[in-house]
Amino acid sequence: MQTPAPFEYERATSLEGAIASLQRLGSDARVIAGGHSLLPMMKLRLAQPEHLIDINDLHELSYITESADEIRIGALTRHVELLKSEVLARHFPLFADAEEVIADPVVRNRGTIGGSLCQADAAEDLSAVCSAVKAQVVIHGADGERVVGMDEFHIGPYMTAVGDGELLTEVRIPLRPGGGSAHEKVERRAGDWAIAAASAAVWIDGGKIVDAGLALSAVGPTTVHVKRAEELVRGAAPSEETFTLAGKIATSDCSPSADGRGPVDYKRHLAGVVATRALRRATARALRQEV
Amino acid sequence: MQVTVTINGQEVSRDIEPRQLLVHFIRDTPGLTGTHWGCDTSNCGACVVLMDGLPVKSCTTLAVMCEGHEITTVESLEFEGELDPIQQGFHELHALHCGFCTPGMLMTCRALLNENPDPSEHEIRTAISGAICRCTGYKNIVAAVRWAAENEAEARKGQEVH
Amino acid sequence: MAVTENLPSPGQERPIGFGRLKRKEDARFIRGQGTYLDDIRLPGMVHGAILRSPYAHAKIVSIDTSEALALPGVAAVVTAKDLETLGLAWMPTISYDTQAVLAGDKVRFQGQEVAFVIATDEYIARDALPLIDVEYEPLPAIVNARKALDDDAPLIRDDKDGQVDNVASPTWEAGDEEATDRAFAEADTVVSRDIIYPRCHPAPLETCGIIADFNPQTGQLDIYNGNQAPNVHRTVYAHVAGLAEHMIRIRCNDIGGGFGNKVPIYPGYVCAIAGSIVAGVPVKWVEDRSENLMSTGFARDYIMHSEICSKEGKITGLRVDVIADHGAFDSTAQPTKFPAGFFHICCGSYTLEAAHVKVKAVYTNKAPGGVAYRCSFRITEAVYLVERMVDALALEMGVDPIELRMRSFIGPQQFPYETTTGWTYDSGNYAETMKVAMDIAGYEDLRREQAEKRARGELMGIGVSFFTEGVGAGPRKHMDILGMSMNDGADLRVHPSGKAMISISAQTQGQGHETTFAQIVAEELGIPPEDVQVRHGDTDRTPYGLGTYGSRSTPVSGAAVAVVSRKVRDKARVIAATMLETRPEDLAWEKGRWYVKGDPEKGAMIEEIAAYAYSGEPMPDGMEGGLDGQVIYDPPNLTYPYGAYIAVVDIDPDTAQVTVRRFIAVDDCGVRINPMIVDGQIHGGLAEGIGIALMEVITFDEEGNCLNSSFMDYLIPTALECPDFELGETVTPCPHHPLGAKGVGESPNVGSPPAIVNAVIDALHTTHGVDHIDMPCSPARVWAAMQGRPQPPQ
Repeated sequence: MQTPAPFEYERATSLEGAIASLQRLGSDARVIAGGHSLLPMMKLRLAQPEHLIDINDLHELSYITESADEIRIGALTRHVELLKSEVLARHFPLFADAEEVIADPVVRNRGTIGGSLCQADAAEDLSAVCSAVKAQVVIHGADGERVVGMDEFHIGPYMTAVGDGELLTEVRIPLRPGGGSAHEKVERRAGDWAIAAASAAVWIDGGKIVDAGLALSAVGPTTVHVKRAEELVRGAAPSEETFTLAGKIATSDCSPSADGRGPVDYKRHLAGVVATRALRRATARALRQEV
Repeated sequence: MQVTVTINGQEVSRDIEPRQLLVHFIRDTPGLTGTHWGCDTSNCGACVVLMDGLPVKSCTTLAVMCEGHEITTVESLEFEGELDPIQQGFHELHALHCGFCTPGMLMTCRALLNENPDPSEHEIRTAISGAICRCTGYKNIVAAVRWAAENEAEARKGQEVH
Repeated sequence: MAVTENLPSPGQERPIGFGRLKRKEDARFIRGQGTYLDDIRLPGMVHGAILRSPYAHAKIVSIDTSEALALPGVAAVVTAKDLETLGLAWMPTISYDTQAVLAGDKVRFQGQEVAFVIATDEYIARDALPLIDVEYEPLPAIVNARKALDDDAPLIRDDKDGQVDNVASPTWEAGDEEATDRAFAEADTVVSRDIIYPRCHPAPLETCGIIADFNPQTGQLDIYNGNQAPNVHRTVYAHVAGLAEHMIRIRCNDIGGGFGNKVPIYPGYVCAIAGSIVAGVPVKWVEDRSENLMSTGFARDYIMHSEICSKEGKITGLRVDVIADHGAFDSTAQPTKFPAGFFHICCGSYTLEAAHVKVKAVYTNKAPGGVAYRCSFRITEAVYLVERMVDALALEMGVDPIELRMRSFIGPQQFPYETTTGWTYDSGNYAETMKVAMDIAGYEDLRREQAEKRARGELMGIGVSFFTEGVGAGPRKHMDILGMSMNDGADLRVHPSGKAMISISAQTQGQGHETTFAQIVAEELGIPPEDVQVRHGDTDRTPYGLGTYGSRSTPVSGAAVAVVSRKVRDKARVIAATMLETRPEDLAWEKGRWYVKGDPEKGAMIEEIAAYAYSGEPMPDGMEGGLDGQVIYDPPNLTYPYGAYIAVVDIDPDTAQVTVRRFIAVDDCGVRINPMIVDGQIHGGLAEGIGIALMEVITFDEEGNCLNSSFMDYLIPTALECPDFELGETVTPCPHHPLGAKGVGESPNVGSPPAIVNAVIDALHTTHGVDHIDMPCSPARVWAAMQGRPQPPQ
């Protein structure tokens, strides 16, 4: 088996301690939580950090809490917890949709939402999920914390707004009535990265979609936030025609690259298919909620 | 650095580099070569062990990260000469050929039954979707898990009577 | 710790002989106590790692190992120069070519071995690899086999005297060109297709590895190595390394899957042996998964052009022209005189008037190999070709694909049947097997369901394949590998207590030999299987034979075991006659016992005969004591298992994802020794067929970079992609095999890919006009076909 290059290891005992170490060690250090993005890269020697800071003992970063107007998810929350969360199932079923098709059940016992978001692979599902539900992320540095929206968070391939010496600590999702959401993914085989995936969220009031979120995985250098589709859908009554039009916008507004999963034209086509399906299902869920 | 990991209830302590993977730490322990590895990219599941009762890929975990946790491997399934029902089920239903994926499969299936004592065929196939078998085509593995589930249910019923 | 206990199931019959018997070998595997190669640690053992070429084709300008050597823990860094002094820089291949052990002048495929590091542990050995400084001068690479013979194609094998182009093996022909031309001229319908069987890989879950342990004092070389043909390897090492063959011992122990991947000798093996000879300590080398996928024996890569014709509703002729991509070295593993293996069995299961086959092999800048992955020596390619062509013909003729096959099948009375390309099929009742498959599938209902779904815009396909394959190589008079006959031996010893040990040259990698071969002895001698120890995998303690691949264990070693058991039984008869004071011809046999015909109470159990044979009692005239036997079995012919497979697929009309909803497999492999194990073999091969048909492929970019060198990109089916397989059986015994058995290991991999591809086309033909698609039928490729643009895989 391939093995990582040597590194120094320390186990963080507090958030402040982790951040202090990150500040001290700079870009030579990486944080490790579940490790299922980082360790494979280190084994292939695509990443060779000199220091690893293990944050798995920071249990205070693992939670899913619900208040009147917000859900907060700690960055160390494992995929399996997101999958099983009753709170998320009630308010944002797209999390379960996505988790069922993220990696495999064994990997999901270790991988975390913070790790997935910060890995920032364009094909990563939770990034699209968070974008669609208008989430914000909390980034902790030496000077305290700052809150950043998903558009600002996604900078480019494998690049996020989290700087050296900073740590992602929380995901915050606003709660509003009349919401429904869904995540649709097409992959070559169970456990594979998406060829294309879409996360959709809608909020319905008085028979009209008052707000919408639509984001795509794997069809751009980073998560694609399909703003034009959201504009189209906002204010409209839900209809097959609306979903199809939104899908067409998804097809044209994404920028996939050809690779082993498929050529550009197929990925564009798929983007439209999954966007339409996700919007359709999100709406159906919202409407059941309304009743 | 000196690292101590609890494996199958025993403390195993060695001076290792931080980069040593859990799978190697386990396999370097006398009598514990049952945990295997088959890939470089965390896909095949041959290395699955339980960490605090949950299946994890030991090739994608550092040994040092497991200090303070309980690791259980395939060698722990047989207890005082009695095979675990999942082991017995694999034997009854011919759920193994070359045996290489078997330890990882057994641990994955054991964890499944611990959490879900009556899994459907789809639930079983989903639970083992992170483990590749090249030999069996999975059909008999699914049957073996059902056999174990039914036998454990019978045994529980027997206990309830008392 | 006792690991050999049998695990009886109360209330369930334990057959003595053939039947469903739980496996003896399970006892250690379910406890995690198998001994696979990487489990073995020897005192003083050091570890090897291989530096591999990043380029597909490049001159090696220089290699600087100094920085690597300076790394603490590194004992040696071996290059081609060092191996040259031992005469080991190049090694012979099974195809009578040569392959570089470590590249000296040039690298010829991405992943080719360039240097071998030996260090105190495997982490350090790998740390040393990036410290080796190799200067390359990249050359243009040939990745497309169709272009390998272009005038401007770079010469790959400039190491070979007289090699002026990239021909690896000149055109080989079978069949009758003139008769075939006549059949086509007289045909009612002619169909042509370009059909590719893409490169894929056996990818057993355990990668390849070796421990070489040379003792300089005694000159003994002990090798631990999971390989499918240990005796052959021993002979080759003796020849290549100039060592005494009797001083080489190869032990295989437990092997985590072979599927043909563990037949060849790999450069890493030779490096480890060289390292151990020079250093005098055990050297272990185990490859990682990327090395396995990038450099070890791949499978298939046949580019085929074919025509098929029919007259008066029956298939009459077949033409095939093949370019075979052998990679950078010709190391295809098949019998001598069969450079295309058994590909010419593509005449199939039909009464063709004529067929003509041409195969030419080329070198490309890719890993060497081609014959692997349960292929029965290219029969996977042959059956894929003919079953795709038959379906194409049925489409053109507007005939149901099963109907066309039924009309054209070889009839049961026609066996033994000599085909147009020189095979003599032993026995078969094809129509019966096909009908059983149709019954299990509910074929008529499926067609009705398909029509209903089509009306609603849903895409469902039903695909059929029928295969006859030839396994159990093979007769001395017809074939050899590297000049060695493909005969296998069996040594049977019945101990004084009546327990037995059978030593065989077959080499299990999971096929259940410890159980099935004990069952053969049990069937013939009446000694219960738990009292028969099967010994294998140790060249010091087993007879010579050519190992396990090509589904040959049951046809050849199984026959050997049956014959030797009968030899021992015959000896036992004569001894029993002495014991019972009668003549041998007065005795009759019931399982486990010779008894007097006229007085059945009077008899001798096999245990009693054994005890007698070793005692001081008088033996029959001229007979030696003891109760054992030795046989080398020369099969008179191959055996010809066959089967009818039906696949049912659903295709998502928007995403083009293919789901195999059902797979029905009816196999006829003659007599089944252990039906449980036979079924298991079929399940596994069907899963592989799903992989090959839908997702498994090794591809390259234009520069020769391998794009599928990990399990993230070489996709193997999980439990979610495999349906609950539905099996049936017919039993048509093999007339020439002592047990009537034919072997089955490869059949499911042979028969399933064409059934699935035929199903995909069946789903898309009416609605989208698709009349061909190449594997893998990934969503992207199926979608392209639906748009009218089916692309070959590369």
